[in-house]
Amino acid sequence: MQPKPPSKPGRRKFLIAATSVLGGVGIAATAVPFLGSWKPSARAQAAGAPTKVDISKLQKGEMMIVEWRGAPIFVVSHSEKSLSLLGNNLSRLSDPDSNQDQQPEYAKNSLRARKEGISVLSGVCTHLGCSPKYYPDLGANDFDNDWQGGFFCPCHGSKFDLAGRVYAGVPAPDNLKVPPHYYESNKVLVIGQDDEKT
Amino acid sequence: MFNKVLGWFDDRLPVTATWERHLSKYPAPINMNIWYLAGVLLVLVMVIQFLSGIWLLMNYDPTAEGAFASIQYIMRDVEYGWIIRYMHTTGSSAFFALIYLHMLRGMLYGSYQKPRELIWVLGWITYFLLCALGFTGYVLPWGQMSFWAAQVIMSLFGSIPVVGEDLLIWIRGDYLISGITLTRLFALHVVLLPLALIVVVFVHFLALHEVGSNNPDGVDVKKYTDQDGVPLDTKPFFPYDITHDIYAIGIFLIFFCFIMFFYPDGGGYLIEAVNYEAADRLQTPDHIVPSWYYTPFYAMLRAITFPLFGLSAKFIGFVVMAAGIAIFVAMPWLDRSPVKSIRYKGIYSKLFLIVFIISFLVLGYLGTVAPSPFRTTLAQIFTFTYFAYFLLMPIYTKYETCKPVPDRVTLS
Amino acid sequence: MKYLSLLVLLFSIQLESSSTGPCGEYITEDESNQGECIKIDTDHTDKASLQRGAKLYFNYCLGCHSLKFARYNRLAKDLEIPEEIFQQNLIFGDQKMGDLIEIGMSSKDAKDWFGVPPPDLTLETSLRGEDWVYTYLKSFYIDETRPLGVNNSVYKNVGMPNVLATLQGRQISVCKELPDIADNGGLKQDPLTGQIINITKCGFLEADQPGLMNEEEFDSAIFDLTNFLSYMADPIREERKSLGVYVILYLVIFSIFGYLLYREFKKDLH
Repeated sequence: MQPKPPSKPGRRKFLIAATSVLGGVGIAATAVPFLGSWKPSARAQAAGAPTKVDISKLQKGEMMIVEWRGAPIFVVSHSEKSLSLLGNNLSRLSDPDSNQDQQPEYAKNSLRARKEGISVLSGVCTHLGCSPKYYPDLGANDFDNDWQGGFFCPCHGSKFDLAGRVYAGVPAPDNLKVPPHYYESNKVLVIGQDDEKT
Repeated sequence: MFNKVLGWFDDRLPVTATWERHLSKYPAPINMNIWYLAGVLLVLVMVIQFLSGIWLLMNYDPTAEGAFASIQYIMRDVEYGWIIRYMHTTGSSAFFALIYLHMLRGMLYGSYQKPRELIWVLGWITYFLLCALGFTGYVLPWGQMSFWAAQVIMSLFGSIPVVGEDLLIWIRGDYLISGITLTRLFALHVVLLPLALIVVVFVHFLALHEVGSNNPDGVDVKKYTDQDGVPLDTKPFFPYDITHDIYAIGIFLIFFCFIMFFYPDGGGYLIEAVNYEAADRLQTPDHIVPSWYYTPFYAMLRAITFPLFGLSAKFIGFVVMAAGIAIFVAMPWLDRSPVKSIRYKGIYSKLFLIVFIISFLVLGYLGTVAPSPFRTTLAQIFTFTYFAYFLLMPIYTKYETCKPVPDRVTLS
Repeated sequence: MKYLSLLVLLFSIQLESSSTGPCGEYITEDESNQGECIKIDTDHTDKASLQRGAKLYFNYCLGCHSLKFARYNRLAKDLEIPEEIFQQNLIFGDQKMGDLIEIGMSSKDAKDWFGVPPPDLTLETSLRGEDWVYTYLKSFYIDETRPLGVNNSVYKNVGMPNVLATLQGRQISVCKELPDIADNGGLKQDPLTGQIINITKCGFLEADQPGLMNEEEFDSAIFDLTNFLSYMADPIREERKSLGVYVILYLVIFSIFGYLLYREFKKDLH
């Protein structure tokens, strides 16, 4: 059967446009639960909740490794000597002033620490995700003639100083991330939250 | 620009030709009525089930220990998980409601008659696959009803003489229904049956488009064509049928979403109350009821209470139930009428069809309630009338007086 | 006509069904249908009720009945209880707010002590019905023949003690002499003397010893507890319904445009 052409093409165009727009809105709205369901579930959020760490037994020069959101977190208590050396190495570092956004505001200082003498660093190399090893001792070694103490990643040879700042000329581009954390007391460190109220 | 890109594809794949032949210029009879909407709505529901099913699969745990809890995880801990879950449960009932209406349309207008027998057979295979999907799907939440419905249906296979017992163990994969059974039903529900469904539906479409659609008058529209070979009493799918379908989808979704958001457990018929308890093989629920869409056949199963020829009542009931599902496929060969559509068939066809519909509904109701002597007798009567529609069809369709069929389609 | 006969047929099948209701042997004062549950209307928007119900649950029920599909923090958020207050008052161990609400009793111990492990109650109102749970909690009575000294009209020979006895007081099950009522609703009479025939009906629950609450207060408390359990079974109910309103509204508007578009093109065909 041969259809007649429309008498009011304007009305037809409007209705097509209006229905299409409404339909598009409907489809977009329907996509929301599907896409939203990919967000971390309550179970994931519970597992990723802040961790409390007892640092009362942490000796100077020692490192504790704790887990938060499935990744290792290095909690390092620095010796006086190590702290005094932190300023020596700045010319060898990529980002000595921590200009890149790898730490919260309260860790944007020369020690990248919230509390004097204790570093809280994400133990995940900023290159491809291996876990760097802790090398606190000074002197020459396999990977550096004048090692001032810090972290060395065995996977591809990236180097970081004791405050987690990355050396220039290594595969890793950024300083080790500092996770949100606060000190509930002198003995208790909470990793995963900026302060009590969050 | 668009035309250049399209042309590039058309040189390598029959994109435009396929689009026009099967969609935009497909000739749809001008007298198609509301009964002809079930098809597109079935495709919509199939898409809904695929999407919601895949998304449920992302969080479902197919083990006996974890399945029930994973459903609650989806409902509570996964963001918007409850929407996806209710979409899937509502969709499965919508799928069956639509397929029964779609089948009824075929029965009303003789859409199974020559040359459309294969479309009907493929459609029946789709229905059968859907029954399997519904059964395997309901087991997955591993609630009390999931477990015990599986127990009842699987034990029917155990009633087959000689091979029954071994067959039952082979189907279960274990000496009892266990996590092993659950995992294999899971694999069927999630991969094998959906793939088979898509393939069969696709071939069902091809078979339809090869022959062309039937219509409420059962008249052959291809008899009168214009100079280009396009049948006179048809309209191109685009824009006439697509706009009808869009409108129909809107109305359908109102009903669908009303149930999904306000009565997702369907008053106990979509999600049975007993299934809110995790499966416990040491405790049987008081009433084991299959989902509403199986209840007519369940009533037939329970109606057979007497053994025959040395075969147990259970086995005969199983056979009768299976026959109740299977007998639809024989319709192209049972219907001897020279006329396709109920509009022009004789009084007997109309009467028997009404009796069939009543039987289906009454049996459906009887399947939902606990048996009693009165109800069993009623089920026996209506099982008889249900089969009478089919088994007497070769006789009454051949000998009844039909009305004259018009030459061209009629518009109301 | 055929629809009428179908309706009559279905109705007669329904009448023919058995007469035991879902609530066991529970029977009300005016001895209307035995086994019918008391009807309640839960309200998930009544946060105060849910809070009172939560308090009752955590203090009286959580010792034996876990709510293992729910988490503390979601409950605190939905019931508008600040997390610190929730942690102080309702969490009795070192569980974290994000944890699932589990209990300390192992199911093996539970089985030894109670015969049947006390079930998890997260989905109980969906499983048994809200009316059932409400009526059940009110229907404990003293029964010396039972190991725990109590029985329940709704759930005969239940293995649960009457945990709320201090609040409700104690009930006993008594028998009464009542007129026998025929199926058509009339009173049965002795055909010779015309006297009304009495029969002994048992299962009526009467207060025996008072508890800390009077009947009205206890009923209100049980409503709160049932309301809380109803929320636990379906915490998304209110959000689901309100979202549903917007969805249906959108679909109605969409369908109107769909209809106008359909009709616009249909004009071509005539």
